[in-house]
Amino acid sequence: MSGFGEVFSLVFQWNVLGTVLFAAMYGLFVGAIPGLTATMSVALLVPITFFLDPVPAVAAIATASATAIFAGDIPGALLRIPGTPASAAYVDEAYALTQKGEAERALATSLVTASLGGLIGVALLAVFAQQLAAVAVKFSSVEYFWLGCLGLTSAVAVSSASLPKGALALFIGLFISTIGIDIATGHPRFTFEQMDLLDGVSFIPAMIGMFALSQVLRTVTTDLDTIVPRVPIGSLAGEMVRVVRRYWVNIIRSATFGNVLGALPGAGADIAAWIAYSLSRRFSKTPEKFGKGHPEGLADAGSANNSAVAGAWTPALVFGIPGDTVTAIAIGVLMLKGITPSPRVFVTDGTLVYAIFVAFALANLLLLPLGMLAIRASRYALSIPKRVLMPIILVFCVIGAYAVDNTLFSVWVMLFLGLLAYVMEENGIPIAPAILGIVLGKVIEKNFLITMLKTQGDPIGFFDRPVAGVLGALTLALWAYLIASTVWRGLKRPAVE
Amino acid sequence: MTLKALSVAVAASLLSTAAYAACDWTPDRPVTYVVPWGAGGGTDANSRMLASLLEAQMGQPFNVVNRTGGNGVVGHSAIANAEPDGYTVGAATVEITTMHHAGLTDLNHTNVSPIVLVDIVPSSVLVSSDSEFNTVNELLDHAKANPGELTGSGTAQGGIWHLALAGMLNAEGIDPGAIRWIPSDGAASAMQELIAGGVDVATPALSEGKALVESGELKALAYMHDSRMAALPDVPTTKESLGSEWTLAAFITMSGPEGLPEEIACSYEKAALAAMETQEWADFKASRGSDVVIMGSSDLTDMMARTSDNLGATMKAIGLAK
Repeated sequence: MSGFGEVFSLVFQWNVLGTVLFAAMYGLFVGAIPGLTATMSVALLVPITFFLDPVPAVAAIATASATAIFAGDIPGALLRIPGTPASAAYVDEAYALTQKGEAERALATSLVTASLGGLIGVALLAVFAQQLAAVAVKFSSVEYFWLGCLGLTSAVAVSSASLPKGALALFIGLFISTIGIDIATGHPRFTFEQMDLLDGVSFIPAMIGMFALSQVLRTVTTDLDTIVPRVPIGSLAGEMVRVVRRYWVNIIRSATFGNVLGALPGAGADIAAWIAYSLSRRFSKTPEKFGKGHPEGLADAGSANNSAVAGAWTPALVFGIPGDTVTAIAIGVLMLKGITPSPRVFVTDGTLVYAIFVAFALANLLLLPLGMLAIRASRYALSIPKRVLMPIILVFCVIGAYAVDNTLFSVWVMLFLGLLAYVMEENGIPIAPAILGIVLGKVIEKNFLITMLKTQGDPIGFFDRPVAGVLGALTLALWAYLIASTVWRGLKRPAVE
Repeated sequence: MTLKALSVAVAASLLSTAAYAACDWTPDRPVTYVVPWGAGGGTDANSRMLASLLEAQMGQPFNVVNRTGGNGVVGHSAIANAEPDGYTVGAATVEITTMHHAGLTDLNHTNVSPIVLVDIVPSSVLVSSDSEFNTVNELLDHAKANPGELTGSGTAQGGIWHLALAGMLNAEGIDPGAIRWIPSDGAASAMQELIAGGVDVATPALSEGKALVESGELKALAYMHDSRMAALPDVPTTKESLGSEWTLAAFITMSGPEGLPEEIACSYEKAALAAMETQEWADFKASRGSDVVIMGSSDLTDMMARTSDNLGATMKAIGLAK
């Protein structure tokens, strides 16, 4: 490893700092627009990075992705439009706070945990990348299958509705995920000869429709005139200090956990946020407050997904295997700049790699002041009367759905699923598990089929690798517990009545 | 044909085109550049780079749009069926010459207007570093003696890297199913399976496996091309190792919709070929371990027709054609 002085002299130059500042503002802006994702913000940066030196080029990518993930929480909390699938886990919690007039508390919690989660993630990346990557690449289809099952189970376990209603929502999501070409046979399913459905229902229009449009419909039909009074929380900085003081154990626990999941290619931030949120509820002293606007779940999930963003760089740097779509693009930029990912990258390009880490950490620090400005600006969005705000959100829904792949078809998907979600919520069926079903259904099905093809149908193949065996046993135990506790409660109830 | 001879031929054909078309059409609003594959892959990286250089050549933004899905059918249809006004171009890839054989669509290489060749991507034979196989012949002998025991991966069922493996087995007189195909999302997840011990062999592009071969995680047994890769000169070619001299390469083109007017097509050809002569393009190619290829519209059109015939025959032989 090279000297600290050399690393810092590479980072603390006006062009590097300027690039990081620009990329941070750009990431915040793109991430805050519903429908534009962190991946899109990074893809748009690629042509620009060509004209930059290696350190600012890669720093720009890392910075934009880190700030865009937080910025996705802003429309999530204010308008119930989650910016990324990773923030879908806690969008209901944040929006519940907003409806109590505590939007700033929700956003302050998201901001400070995003920043700290990111910092912890970068620190873990700098210290443990090699060891973690060696474990991550040993994951094959079997392990991913069980991990996906664990993620799904946590969605049902945390849902504030009853187990049957949570499970029903999940199955609706799983059904939606079966639309499109089946990976094993290449046969189209439920596509009704529509070419746009060949690739399945993409989750951004689905998320926008199910969360945001259904909320617009409910507001318009019920409480168009109520005004939520803003609850003053004092200074934002003061609130953030309180969050850290109260939840520092949660932040460290979830950031560590998120980093490990983020290092697994194809699992990443989405599953990390869901599992962190469900663990948060399990370990909480006040689990009954969850789902009604409680910052604890936000602290856990918010630090987990931002730490996972850093974790995704682990397999990318060490093996050239992308941890997520952002790092897939980042690998291209790294190689373009002469940094070839390899287990020896910390030796061969040590100074550059550590300089990138320092810039990454800097971006997470910069997130605090910039995020506070964004939160201050967002106050105005909430003071708009609902009669004006709802049509504006509707416009954002349409634009966001269209922007994903520039097709009108996605707008129809958004509208249809928005109506479906409205009907579901009117009947007490939660939305969040359905979204997770859409995101994870494909992962689980694909890895199940691939495993079956490998073992030629022998179910022992799901347990005969050490990690798979442990994950499989854990999942089965959790299912048994969930079923047993539901049956137990069912048996106990008549005795009480 | 060597590269130099090729470029001379292209220059000559350019001159002859110039005789009846001015080739100085330029767009006066932003152009959409359709990529049928996901962000971050090889097609995406090459196309984004070319798009940013075309922006400099033609003075208008080129917006890269990833229209993924249906194993490439969605994006290729978007290119072929676009208005041929010069404001939609895209990255038609080798799949446009194979998907009609597989019965996925009626769409084929005659439904696009090829402009330039962007990249040629030969396949490889990769195994894990702790694999018992050290040459491609050892691997094939084992597969022949124990059909169905080994598994291979690299892309979806019937995808180009599946053709690479099954076609090689077929060319060597071995049952194409002797190494069972395990579908994957793409090269990255297939190589991860290979390291994790989930499959025995992968046949993605050698350029995709280069980093893992250099880091010692994977062994490259063969390069499915007629000359060795400059960046990995120790990897033998299938032409040297195999009796059948089997080779297979995917390719990426820049193509327009069907019926693109000659004036617009040759203007794009001129701009793209100029972009490929810049230092930026050379650096970009070098960083990916591949060579700059120069091939204009007419040679590319011939090559696509030839590839369709050859791969169609292979697909029939291995039972992947409808």
